[in-house]
Amino acid sequence: MSAANWRGANATAGPARVPPAPRVARSKLANPLRLRHLVVLAFLIAYPWFATPFFTYQIGAQALALGLIALSLTFLGGYGGMISLAQMTVAGIAGYMVAIFGTAATDGVSLGWPWWLAVVIGIAVATLAAAFIGWLSVRTEGIYTIMITLAIGVGFYYLVLQNYAVFNGFQGKQKVFPPTLAGIYWRDPTPFYYLALFWALAGYLFVVYLLRAPFGIALQGIRDNPRRMHALGFNVTAHRVTAYAVAGAIAAVGGVLFTWYNGLVTPGSVGTSWLINILIIAVLGGMRHPVGAFLGAIVFVLLQNFAIDVIDRERFNLVIGAVFLAIVLFSHDGLLGWWSALSVRLSTQRGETRWSSAKGRLYAR
Amino acid sequence: MELSKGTVVRTLAVVLVVAAFAAGAFAQAPPVKIGLLATLEGPFAAGGQDGMRGAELAVRQRNGVVAGRKIEIVKASSDAKPDVAVNATRKLVEQDKVDIMVGPLSGSEGIAVKEYSKTQPNITFINGSSGAQATTLVSPSPNFFRFNTEGAQWMVGLGKVALDKGYKRVMVIAEDYAFPYSQVQGFMAEYCKLGGKVPVKAWVPLGGKDYSSVIARVPKDVDALVVVLGGADAVNFLNQYEQAGGDKPLVGGSITVSQDILNYKGKRRDSLVGTIAGAPIADAYEAPEFRAFVADYKKNFPDGYPSPSLFALVYYINMKAALDGLEIVKGDLGDGQKKYRDALSKMVLKTPVGDVRLDENRQAIGTTFITEVAKDAQGGLYNKVLRKIDGVNQLLGMKKEEFKVGSRDEPNCP
Repeated sequence: MSAANWRGANATAGPARVPPAPRVARSKLANPLRLRHLVVLAFLIAYPWFATPFFTYQIGAQALALGLIALSLTFLGGYGGMISLAQMTVAGIAGYMVAIFGTAATDGVSLGWPWWLAVVIGIAVATLAAAFIGWLSVRTEGIYTIMITLAIGVGFYYLVLQNYAVFNGFQGKQKVFPPTLAGIYWRDPTPFYYLALFWALAGYLFVVYLLRAPFGIALQGIRDNPRRMHALGFNVTAHRVTAYAVAGAIAAVGGVLFTWYNGLVTPGSVGTSWLINILIIAVLGGMRHPVGAFLGAIVFVLLQNFAIDVIDRERFNLVIGAVFLAIVLFSHDGLLGWWSALSVRLSTQRGETRWSSAKGRLYAR
Repeated sequence: MELSKGTVVRTLAVVLVVAAFAAGAFAQAPPVKIGLLATLEGPFAAGGQDGMRGAELAVRQRNGVVAGRKIEIVKASSDAKPDVAVNATRKLVEQDKVDIMVGPLSGSEGIAVKEYSKTQPNITFINGSSGAQATTLVSPSPNFFRFNTEGAQWMVGLGKVALDKGYKRVMVIAEDYAFPYSQVQGFMAEYCKLGGKVPVKAWVPLGGKDYSSVIARVPKDVDALVVVLGGADAVNFLNQYEQAGGDKPLVGGSITVSQDILNYKGKRRDSLVGTIAGAPIADAYEAPEFRAFVADYKKNFPDGYPSPSLFALVYYINMKAALDGLEIVKGDLGDGQKKYRDALSKMVLKTPVGDVRLDENRQAIGTTFITEVAKDAQGGLYNKVLRKIDGVNQLLGMKKEEFKVGSRDEPNCP
């Protein structure tokens, strides 16, 4: 999918994001909490109590951490119209900073500062780096944005691969673990799951809120027609750079979680394959709603773990590729595309005219 | 909250998805399962596949049954990255409920899996072919066993042979990560002690393409180059060194002059004749156990290599250790596998390249070959055996106090 097409597709889906006329909205918008939200939330909270530690940690927590990083791309791409391949780089910067300012059991710099200070610095540095990446790339459009962010990502990969004094080269930083706090070791499956769940929910709600705040509305306006927004007096560049910084902060939190999850950060964590995996996760889930990032992450993690069980073990990447292709080919917007198609079918069968079905039709175009 | 039929159906759909997801979270525990991890993706994919062949061969030789219990192999793949290896191992142990783990393939993976093994004290972990020193030297894990010798051990004896050939000063060119550090240390520990000098060490990035700057740094007064590069890196280096008109003789690492490199086409190919190297395997080794192993490999895997690779041999050795141990305890893995681990620690393992014992860190003490590239009657190149050194331990014959884990600067003798 080329970036230009992609942006075009979004332009049509765009208006649906803007709150509709008050009459149709009724209590729905004032109280957007619905039964299915409660069911999902209850399930997420209860999950570690019936799932095995493996499912809690390797599937659940990993999907939440990856989903958070992909969420930053969904925000940037779906609502800002800027596809950045450097989101994993930003996450990796946060991870490396935590290892450098905090503790890690390898050569190279490790200052051994308290974990909370290291985390705060890590997220701050990563956010600054994201703003810098944004400042470099906002003047480009479509495919050129992808190219310049890819170049930055690959550049950072080679920096950490070849720099030994600070980043410890190929081996990276090992044994970067979360702290033991309040008598709980936060890398145990259940505590780490809740930690990841907390930040994933926080990131999700933050993005949902931001999209309806003036900044988010302006950003979507810029996505759809930057010239007109400029004529209206909005500073297009400043909005875009800010969007990069906001997305960077989200990716940084995800990056710290993912580093703690793996217990290490190496050049492999910020290599090309991971830069592209984040794009795959975002596209797989669908970029029209923040929840898509997490859906994509769940499917991605499940495939990574279980594709090897369904086919000849030397060929399991075939399954992963086939599922990705099937989702992208048969749905115009990942899993969320299927969801809205299902909504439309259900609603039109009953001849509903409620806003939710109208929304569904808009999406289904 | 308003409840319409649409809402109910959508909620039901969510519940169904949730339930399907949760159902997968439960699994049952079957009899004797062995997890097998190798790299089926990434830079070592070919090696990983051959490693799997080696491990499978050990199982086939017992017809898949040990002490009346059926052996079930559950395979998993990584791509030589430590985080991927740990994820794959965690899946095998916690989800597929394997009793014994065999793997992984490469150095930093081994260190990461060893760390993970500490969190699973009731499962026995046996190495695949990973060869980093630190895996068993630095904070060893009580349930991680390595029946293969590692990178430094594979180079023992090479320093003396190099000096005997008259190489008094050498330059080292090696990739910049743990495994080549170990290899260089194994060579230099002996070489420096016997009076050899290494004025320049060039550490190049893994997967580097351009060696011109390294070749420009080769001093005029060195007698030979010690080249510890693997796969494509070695071929690239040899081609560029040839084009630059280089003519120094070479000393190779364990994966530098393997069969794939000997088959590369180039003018410099002939000048490889006489290159010495150290390795845990030598294609031309004539012992009947090794010839039988090669014949068995060829019979079982017609699609494999003409001769089993280092990875096939080392995975075979480790899988054989897992099965032989199981035989000794008559398949009894009760009591947190305590008896099984005791048996593994004490046993003397018969391998195609000689007997292997374990030291107190559960690291192999075994055989190293010094080989030299020679030309056969058809003009093909092969590695002939120059020396065979038995009983090589991880401290390279040094005392514990004087031994240091190899790094970019250790050892040093300019």
